[in-house]
Amino acid sequence: MGLLSDPNRRRALINLLTRLNAPICGMPVEWLVKTMQARGLEVYTQRFSRTLPFPDENKERYMVKGTNVYGILRAPRAPRTEALVLSAPCTPGDNNNQAVGLLLGLAQYFRNQIYWAKDIIFLVNDHDLIGMQAWLEGYHHTNTTGMDWSPLQGRGGSIQAALSLELSSDVVTSMDLVLEGLNGQLPNLDLANLFYAFCQKIGVLCTIQGKLQRNDWDSVSGYSHAVQTMMLMVMKQASGRPWGDHGLFLRYHIEAATIKGINSFRQYKTDATTIGRLLEGMYRKLNNLLERLHQSYFFYLMPSLSHFVSIGYYMPAFGLLAVILLLRALDLWVQLATPPPTTEDGIADIEQSSPGVLSVLTPLVISHLTGAALYMLPIRFQEMAVEHFPVSETEAVVLTAIAVYTAGLALPHNTHRLLSGEGTEQGWRVLKLVALLYLAVLLGCTALINFSLGFILALTLVPAAAFVTPHVPKVLSAFVLVILSPACTLLFSVFFFQELQEMPVSFLDGWLLYLSVISQGILDHFLYGSLVYPLIALLVYPCWLLFWNILFWK
Amino acid sequence: MSGLPGFLIDDRLHFPSCPSQGGQRFLVEMAAPLTLLLVLAVTIRAALFRSSLAELIAERVEVVSPITAWKRVVEGLALLDLGVSPYSGDVFHETPLIIYLFHFVVDYAEITFMLDIKTTLTFTDLSLMLFQFRKQKFALEADRYPLDCLELIRSPKEMYYIPLKVAMFYLLNPFTILSCVAKSTCGLNNAVVALFIFSTIKGNTLLSAIFLCLATYQSIYPLTLCAPAMLYLMQRQYIPVNFRRASFWWFIAQYLFMYLGSLFVLICLSFFLLGSWDYMPSVYGFILSVPDLTPNIGLFWYFFAEMFEHFRLFFLCVFQINVFFYTIPLSVKLKEHPVFLIFMQLAVISIFKSYPTVGDIALYMAFLPVWSHLYRFLRNTFLVSCVLLACSTLFPVLWHLWIYAGSANSNFYYAITLLFNVAQILLVSDYFYAFLRREHHLTYGLYLKRKDGSEATLVLK
Repeated sequence: MGLLSDPNRRRALINLLTRLNAPICGMPVEWLVKTMQARGLEVYTQRFSRTLPFPDENKERYMVKGTNVYGILRAPRAPRTEALVLSAPCTPGDNNNQAVGLLLGLAQYFRNQIYWAKDIIFLVNDHDLIGMQAWLEGYHHTNTTGMDWSPLQGRGGSIQAALSLELSSDVVTSMDLVLEGLNGQLPNLDLANLFYAFCQKIGVLCTIQGKLQRNDWDSVSGYSHAVQTMMLMVMKQASGRPWGDHGLFLRYHIEAATIKGINSFRQYKTDATTIGRLLEGMYRKLNNLLERLHQSYFFYLMPSLSHFVSIGYYMPAFGLLAVILLLRALDLWVQLATPPPTTEDGIADIEQSSPGVLSVLTPLVISHLTGAALYMLPIRFQEMAVEHFPVSETEAVVLTAIAVYTAGLALPHNTHRLLSGEGTEQGWRVLKLVALLYLAVLLGCTALINFSLGFILALTLVPAAAFVTPHVPKVLSAFVLVILSPACTLLFSVFFFQELQEMPVSFLDGWLLYLSVISQGILDHFLYGSLVYPLIALLVYPCWLLFWNILFWK
Repeated sequence: MSGLPGFLIDDRLHFPSCPSQGGQRFLVEMAAPLTLLLVLAVTIRAALFRSSLAELIAERVEVVSPITAWKRVVEGLALLDLGVSPYSGDVFHETPLIIYLFHFVVDYAEITFMLDIKTTLTFTDLSLMLFQFRKQKFALEADRYPLDCLELIRSPKEMYYIPLKVAMFYLLNPFTILSCVAKSTCGLNNAVVALFIFSTIKGNTLLSAIFLCLATYQSIYPLTLCAPAMLYLMQRQYIPVNFRRASFWWFIAQYLFMYLGSLFVLICLSFFLLGSWDYMPSVYGFILSVPDLTPNIGLFWYFFAEMFEHFRLFFLCVFQINVFFYTIPLSVKLKEHPVFLIFMQLAVISIFKSYPTVGDIALYMAFLPVWSHLYRFLRNTFLVSCVLLACSTLFPVLWHLWIYAGSANSNFYYAITLLFNVAQILLVSDYFYAFLRREHHLTYGLYLKRKDGSEATLVLK
């Protein structure tokens, strides 16, 4: 009854797991192919290679090459139109050694069952997300990120759901569910509820964001625990990175989640067989699906596994922030439309011409050019930077980005030398009106796609945008505006994130973490198409520069 | 007192007679900014043509429709080269003249689509002529206007920059640029309509009829522009608009004869070009019966996607009549102002046609500077511009959420479509209100007083 009730199979699985305990250098492609074939799967491999725009700290080289191995278990009596995917990333070292063994054990067990209505694809991907991206692009015949991969020889129909496994030890005390995907996209809530309900039925502890659920909702500490869990989810969603291999499936409309086994030295431990039973149950449930999961929410925040905050609750909060901008814009419009007070001889000063398009256009164009420079220069000039300064390429890229960002702060003093006439009272009002509307539309669109990113940007930028005029005290406002700028928001978020995870860091460590976050963000954009870096460099930063311009308007 | 439009003699306004050299002087003095504008526009379009954004833009449903897509033109040309009728397969919905035009210029397609430039020059010329004609009209009717309307009448100095602004509004409008880069044949339609308006304002009846016929031949809706064209030409030839006069009916008969004659010639020419009547159901049947329900920025697709079959014909008729319906009331109200009527008709066509794209919107938006003197009477500028800006940016976001992320559905996209069209309707009706109000002030004076001398306000019932 169920997986591994047969002692022989249990022994085989334990053997497999112990063999895999030894560290693997690279991926044992031939061994995997042989083992999967021995279990009766149709095995195929896919080679891929990618030139990184700059070598990151983990890889330390420009070219990443690898091979994905996947085996397809064909459904015995069904047409091959739908498939499910179980994947385990294979990284060198003992990061994920148990998962591959569990995957192979499950493959053998699943092979002997007759109730499968969908094909099951057991995927072992190399180099984590890069391999997964190559496999998904090959499967769906798209090529959005410029990766080089060999075409897939075997396919299984349209993928209905996928689960990704990460197990680093054979003794597990709780299973962690990771939902956040690329660009803050989340799987359907039904998938999370399915997993949680089944964990409860089997008796496995299930956590989210690494935190265990508490039952005391009424007490202050219980409430703050829930808020912390939710803030962790907000931070992870705002970063736009996929926090597990499942993150890349979501873009293809495939509901996916990552399951991590955590060993946290609790008294009650579960072993591999229970996890195997858990996965078998999950796959049997997914097997019974008649259609893709779409009935439940796609936009939610989870303070715990049994509670969620839907979009209907959190969007009005954002809406109220955006309304501040619109009201300010309306106020400026009314100020601009009322005619100036008449002078003594009764004729209003007609010659005070409207500032014209040109005086507003110049700061707009210059801000966007700076944004374009922030987007393009760090990658382009990394070789030149490495020649002239004793830094590695990654550091060169990050430091160039920070340099361009800071150089933008010096702009207002230069653009005013460029502008022939001096700005008028009308001029800064028109510019501020344009900037407010631009910010409102930008934040609205961002919040629709990635709510957490939009909300965090709104929280910091809306107060700055609302109060800034040339008449507020300059030094104090300049300081506040810099504190509220996107780069400092990112810095504070890094420290806040570490606090929430109960791993607070010192200032120096935090700064290094911040630099690595920037480099990871740039890399994510080039490798997987994450939108956070271009959004901030090309749209949010120029908008902030416009407000900086207004502050120093003469 | 520069800024006063004329001299005050005996409590009436006299305008100095304007020499026709005003036009040449304008072109000479405006040549530099106009050239700069043209160079900038060509640079932007050329840069976008060469970049990778061109394919992305050519696939956006807001920019191309099944009637105007370049992909379909290429498909039709390929079918023609193979000797098969291009209308087989329900892919191609352009008229035979367009096929033959592109048959010869397909290698120079990008340059052909820089036709935007020609359209702009046409607009510039016609707004120039408009302002001269208007000056003459004011000179004739000056004694009808009460004194305090001085500030309502524009001085030649203000009107000086309008052609340049019209050119800027058309060339640098993001909608026009997107339409041009996507190589949508909407640019060609706009050029024909621009030439029609130009020849009408110039007073050339024959050319006006021919260009109108070409525009109607391309897409049926410019048929409604017949009325304003006839009204304008009659006004120009001093024929009074009166049902009992024989000259009125004689002129209408002349114009319709020229119009229907050219239409007949074009249709027969198309028949002979391709040797069959296939193109009639594919082009006109397609426009009128709306079989393709790909989402776009119009109002038809969602309704007809959810409609039951046995109501379809009824609603089809209702929606199509809606486009043509406003001609008669608007013509009756605006019979003294046919140029404004052309603007209103263009706007109504762009909003209510079966497959609108952003290129159609750019066409009527180019005329907004011509009525910049109505600005003081407009009531909803802020709201309309905010909504139009927000909707234009939300279109691609909600499309992405619906089609790619799967988190939204068609209701979200249609909501933005509805909002966009409501904003356009508000814009058009706001301009109409402002126009009527200005006319009222010109007749009754700007500062209204009741009989006992206290100040009165104008209320729209």
